[in-house]
Amino acid sequence: MGTLGLNHCLLLSALLFGIGAIGVLTRRNIIMVLMCLELMFNAANINLVAVARFRPDLTGQVFTVFTIAVAAAEVAIGLGLVISMFRNSRTVNIDEIHLLKG
Amino acid sequence: MELLFFYIFAAVILGSAVMMVTRRNMVHAVVWMVITFIGVASLYILLEAEFLAAVQILVYTGGIVVLFLFVIMLVNLGDIYQVEWLHRQWLPALLLALLLVTEIGFMVWVGAQDVPAAPEQSEAILRGLGGNVETLGMALYTDFLLPFEVASMLLLVAMIGAIYLAKKRV
Repeated sequence: MGTLGLNHCLLLSALLFGIGAIGVLTRRNIIMVLMCLELMFNAANINLVAVARFRPDLTGQVFTVFTIAVAAAEVAIGLGLVISMFRNSRTVNIDEIHLLKG
Repeated sequence: MELLFFYIFAAVILGSAVMMVTRRNMVHAVVWMVITFIGVASLYILLEAEFLAAVQILVYTGGIVVLFLFVIMLVNLGDIYQVEWLHRQWLPALLLALLLVTEIGFMVWVGAQDVPAAPEQSEAILRGLGGNVETLGMALYTDFLLPFEVASMLLLVAMIGAIYLAKKRV
């Protein structure tokens, strides 16, 4: 058995990002889309932490702190939008939300 | 040994992520999401980022998951098994996402030759200064002070915006 390398982490994060992207692109429920977006955030964070581990540099971890803060802000805003949208149109289905469609 | 644990955590992360994406019941999906986040936190510990592992548990499984659960309870959807859960363009979307994964995987595979071997002393700077938390705090409050303050401002703006958006009458 070899040792843990950067490529292992990069491939894991690519797969996690792909699963998140599949969810974002195929699900109809907007809350599920936001949850899959969180998976993609996590994949990016794994990348940053892995690079910080395999280089003598801690900047990746510092950047991950900021990414987590941005993810928290994004979820708060996104769910606020979901609630106000549900109040107006009684649906969380992204196919039925087409107010701006002419 | 390290690699064995990596494979265990990777299996947990990817398995629960797949389960999460394919659940029709959103509460079940949230529970699978918790398992994914805990797997990612374990991976952070393996990658010697102890502070971020704690933050991951606190912010994601403690904050974001609870927020999602609140919204799922608030938005009562009735019988979820009756509605169609994938939208009409799911097949092209799936193919596009698979293409994306192949592309990233190919790039990692091509770049594999250029990746230098992992340094023996992984965080040489870290060891000199003390623990992970101490070093990270030092970096945050010296070199990254301005981004840190901007992030706090962003969180404040996001909080005000979320309250404004979710309010009954604007």
